Amino acid sequence: MHKSPALRRYNYTVLGLSLAYMGALFGIVALFRTRPPHGTLAYAAAILPALPLVGIFLAWGRYLTDEPDEYIRMLTIRQTLIATGFMLSATTIWGFLESFGLAVHIPAYAAGILWFAGLMLGGCVNIFAVRTGRS
Amino acid sequence: MKNRLKVLRAERDWSQGDLADRLEVSRQSVNAIETGRYDPSLPLAFKIAELFDLSIEDIFTSPSKES
Repeated sequence: MHKSPALRRYNYTVLGLSLAYMGALFGIVALFRTRPPHGTLAYAAAILPALPLVGIFLAWGRYLTDEPDEYIRMLTIRQTLIATGFMLSATTIWGFLESFGLAVHIPAYAAGILWFAGLMLGGCVNIFAVRTGRS
Repeated sequence: MKNRLKVLRAERDWSQGDLADRLEVSRQSVNAIETGRYDPSLPLAFKIAELFDLSIEDIFTSPSKES
């Protein structure tokens, strides 16, 4: 398994940001339950758990830029395109189902979760393509 | 793209990992290039050619000349 310094840096960054996300999420949920903030503070508090996730998206972008191995970079870009296509398709389909009252409302942050699921799908496509000799 | 990378590597008794280390790329990259699943960029093709002290055309077959 190829592990460049860029990939190692990405993994450590994601680990740190995931812990920050968990901490922020639990903290903010508890805050809104016990002493709900008001006004600007409420907006700032509500956005707080999203920031580590935005950081993960930025870290992924940085990894794509920093990965020195062009073949691995190509595979990673394909994985990203599959993830983005999967997320856009799923949210578009769900949006229409929702508009016609055929599906329940899902929060917009589900798009990020779908994108991460798409990354896993893209990783599987890459493994299949490599193993079957399709690059 | 067809190439002679595997033959050239075998002549020097290098493993894919040895060649990958010399080219500063992953072993997966060497494998993908050798098997024609991935066409290297021009800078990497030059690096490969310089490592074997050959021209790019001596290692890689132009797709237009492939039968």
